[in-house]
Amino acid sequence: MSTTTLSQRPLVRTKGWDRAQLVVNLLTAAAMAALMWASLLYAKDAANLAGVEQTAQRIFYIHIGCNVGAVLAFLISLVGSIAYLITRKLDWDRVTQASIEVGTICALGTTLSGSLWAKPTWNTYWTWDPRLTSITITLLIYIAYLLFRNGIDNRQTRARFGSIYALIAFLSVPLTYFSARWFRSIHPVIVNGSNPDAQGGFGVGETMGHTLIVATIAFSLLFCSLMFQRWRQLRLEDRIEEIREEIE
Amino acid sequence: MSVLLQTEPNNNALIAPTSLESQPVQMRAGGGLGAYLRKVRAIADKDMRAEIRAKEVFSTMTVFSVLAVIIFGMAFDLRVAFPTTVVPGVLWAVILFTGVLGLNRSFGAEVDRGSLAALLLAPVDRSAIYFGKLLANLFFLLATECITLPAILVIFNVNIFQTWILLSLLLGTIGYVTVGTLFAALSASVRARESMLPILLLPVMLPVFMAGTKITGLVLDGRGLNEIQRWLGILVAYDLIFIVVAFLVFDLIWEEI
Repeated sequence: MSTTTLSQRPLVRTKGWDRAQLVVNLLTAAAMAALMWASLLYAKDAANLAGVEQTAQRIFYIHIGCNVGAVLAFLISLVGSIAYLITRKLDWDRVTQASIEVGTICALGTTLSGSLWAKPTWNTYWTWDPRLTSITITLLIYIAYLLFRNGIDNRQTRARFGSIYALIAFLSVPLTYFSARWFRSIHPVIVNGSNPDAQGGFGVGETMGHTLIVATIAFSLLFCSLMFQRWRQLRLEDRIEEIREEIE
Repeated sequence: MSVLLQTEPNNNALIAPTSLESQPVQMRAGGGLGAYLRKVRAIADKDMRAEIRAKEVFSTMTVFSVLAVIIFGMAFDLRVAFPTTVVPGVLWAVILFTGVLGLNRSFGAEVDRGSLAALLLAPVDRSAIYFGKLLANLFFLLATECITLPAILVIFNVNIFQTWILLSLLLGTIGYVTVGTLFAALSASVRARESMLPILLLPVMLPVFMAGTKITGLVLDGRGLNEIQRWLGILVAYDLIFIVVAFLVFDLIWEEI
């Protein structure tokens, strides 16, 4: 009797989560497929660009999408670390960890796609632009956070130190952004604003605007689904650890 | 019985003349700002006295910084025609890398000696420990800079003894040890502490590094105060923000030992 209930209970308990996960995953897959179609076929060419620049411009949709993921990770991990320090619930720490892990991939995607795009447009892979600098520094902070956590054995200490580090490190990112902004800038500001020194800018047409919206939604969904998955995985890992300690 | 007999006179001797028993409570709660500053100084004094006796932080930092300046000097000697173009970067890079050495020892030495618990048991506010350590680190790093600057003057033949550069060095160093002391405390009891601290610290130091190199460069180019101002502003803002945040957060670090 007891063995059957034991084997059934986890299944019953996780069924609702599994269903939610499946829905999010399917939505993500559909949105990503729509994005591929929109960015390659639906969106018209940028009017004022020609040749390689025009082709390379389509990196834009992936570039912006990855950036949406990285920014979401930044905000969610900030909320998660503050919430953990106040409530001391490990679930919040898992939120921070999951969002930073997914954010690392997104930030890496932003940096790499940006570099590939910058070569034909700016004729250099790299420049010390405020957006480039701050996304790369954010990426380095994400990696430092993950390495730092690895070095701490106690579960509560790991959560607390990780949250403190994330909180303080993220406070420095706006300062980095403004310092780099005064350093120098050639990155075009697409939304709300203009930079007279910007190079490789282009007007966003109607179809491009639509594709941009699809990209934002698709990558937000991708981020959510990956983060949700990772968060559940971390919960299970902690649960296994607890059970192992109980047995020993 | 014998134990009792032995301890009783001791207790009386301790309590009666100096009233040690009531002192901790008084030290923790009352006394106002003056008493708080005295406690901060006591912690800083402790670190400096330990340093004078052990001579392990300051000596390594100065030797490392001079070595780094020489290596940069060799690296740029062949290709750089005007040293003023690289000196700002060299100055601040050397300070960043040197500082990590001292910060690692700040709490690392306490962990190695097993005296961290004793330090935390001291009847003072945790923030007093933080500010004491911060003062000691600030002193070590500023003292090291007193050796680094002449070394740069000799190797690169660039005069960096100018008011605004020195002010930016002071502000930058304050910001550096503010965050550095906090992260040193975080990484003190972590595996691979020595290699972890620079990875944690350097990305966060970027605003200070950018502002510092920019101010140094502008002063060497002979630009006016109106261009330097906003960078000094960034340094001041950085110092203030992180002193306040570190003060708020430091209490959370050691909840159990």
